[in-house]
Amino acid sequence: MYFITMLLLGLGALLGLFLSSRAVDSVIAFHGWMLVAFCVGFIFWMLRRGDNTGGPANPDSVVNYNDAVVRVGVVLSVFWGVVGFLVGLVIALQLAYPALNFDLPWTSFGRLRPLHTSAVIFAFGGNVLIMTSMHVVQRTCRARIAGGWAPWFVLLGYNLFIVIAASGYVLGVTQSKEYAEPEWYADIWLTLVWVAYLLVFLGTLWRRKEPHIYVANWFYLAFIATVAMLHIINNLAMPVSFFGAKSYIVWAGVQDALIQWWYAHNAVGFFLTAGFLGIMYYYVPKQADRPIYSYRLSIVHFWSLIFLYIWAGPHHLLYTALPDWAQTLGMTFSIMLWMPSWGGMINGLMTLSGAWDKLRTDPILRLLTISLAFYGMSTFEGPLMAIKTVNALSHYTDWTIGHVHSGALGWVGMVSFGAIYYMTPLVFNRKQLYSLRLVSVHFWLATIGIVLYAAAMWVSGILQGLMWRAYDSLGFLEYSFAETVEAMFPFYVIRALGGGLFVIGSWVMAYNVYRTARGHVRTERPYLAASEYAQA
Amino acid sequence: MTFENTSIFAETWGLIYLVVLFAGILVYALRPSAKKKFEDAARIPLMED
Repeated sequence: MYFITMLLLGLGALLGLFLSSRAVDSVIAFHGWMLVAFCVGFIFWMLRRGDNTGGPANPDSVVNYNDAVVRVGVVLSVFWGVVGFLVGLVIALQLAYPALNFDLPWTSFGRLRPLHTSAVIFAFGGNVLIMTSMHVVQRTCRARIAGGWAPWFVLLGYNLFIVIAASGYVLGVTQSKEYAEPEWYADIWLTLVWVAYLLVFLGTLWRRKEPHIYVANWFYLAFIATVAMLHIINNLAMPVSFFGAKSYIVWAGVQDALIQWWYAHNAVGFFLTAGFLGIMYYYVPKQADRPIYSYRLSIVHFWSLIFLYIWAGPHHLLYTALPDWAQTLGMTFSIMLWMPSWGGMINGLMTLSGAWDKLRTDPILRLLTISLAFYGMSTFEGPLMAIKTVNALSHYTDWTIGHVHSGALGWVGMVSFGAIYYMTPLVFNRKQLYSLRLVSVHFWLATIGIVLYAAAMWVSGILQGLMWRAYDSLGFLEYSFAETVEAMFPFYVIRALGGGLFVIGSWVMAYNVYRTARGHVRTERPYLAASEYAQA
Repeated sequence: MTFENTSIFAETWGLIYLVVLFAGILVYALRPSAKKKFEDAARIPLMED
């Protein structure tokens, strides 16, 4: 296995060399060299480590878990979170103050916007999903992760994909499909990584000591399998040259649009929802130290979510060339999604039933709980916006941006922060976090930031929608487009302020994680439960 | 395989297939005999690390 991995990496390095030597544009030459550096670096690193593919963080652990790969995943997640949020703040400020585009191609909004979305969704979210899934599947199966070096290849190979994609955007390489901007060669690399990920995950389930497969793993598996399908079908493309970055998608016209939004909506449904529900189903019970409210509800939640989500994509194409029946189908399935979404939210929240006082003394649990509140809020808002009459007002406005961010910052972000704070002492084998008070600071910075963000975008979006559709008594449009842009200015400033608070929160987290990793403990006023207050 | 055929097949057999499958899942999740099994399953994350 060791030598097969080495051989494959050697072939990868040769391929990268071949690609750069024949390259028809400078970007693919650069990315070819990147592949060479990755493969050669991986080989040297393997040689140095010998047969040490990573062990448990806690030396007394009964099972020989691979916590080393999870530990690297924690660090990468925090890093990409800080970067991705910061780029988001930059483009929010660019919208308010266009001078910040600096009149340079590399820093223009059009290139930085996919950099932001990919950095937060795929780099931060993806690393969180990969590292938590590797942690959860090992613990709930009571088995070491399968595949020796393969989990390392998955984690590091995925990050190579991120770097190739991100540097490509800045240099102007994109296939112009939203949330699927990376070009054909990056897509093929991600496919390889993803197949390895699926095999590693299935292999770990296969060798489990626990007879039942815990529900979090079902959600992770649905996420991995569905994303593979979505990624491959949406990215079927023909490169202009096998030594150039440019390619053309095989789909055309309305079929392309439908496949694109089938992909993108299920990226929300299976990447940002199913995957993170896997996190919820493990870390909420773990942090609350109580079993999930209803395991039966979790099974119904899983299957109804899987059945419904896959059909909801057409709601992105209401009032377009898409056939009317397909639009109605997308809208109907979106509304039906209320049920599994709220079923899952209730299942998570009610886990705290009888232990609500823990919210006062445990800021990590508070992060996990507010993530569920935001999950409930944004999964209520989404179907509402998928109703044709509401969509007629909301579509193409900032309301959509606000909705996405209450889901992404509120649900995905908060549940990830909760998981990261839970895991950091564990994977670095420390007794506790550096500071729980700083977790609370992070909680408030992030929460106030999201509230400012979402509220500003509601007002701005509805204002925008109403201005676009306003007619005067003679039937002319009341406002020119530039007037609607001008009206957005105060809300863009408030949004950037909210985003700024969220960014500062991520710095607080990075500091806390760093100090915890170093083994430091802050002297601070402890959180006391009511009974402890009586004694104090 | 025309569009008409495919759509009629999806609207009838496809619907029946998914409804039966989902009913089966409900029975699996809610049958009383599985009470113990699911209570144990819910405790999996809480066992020792």
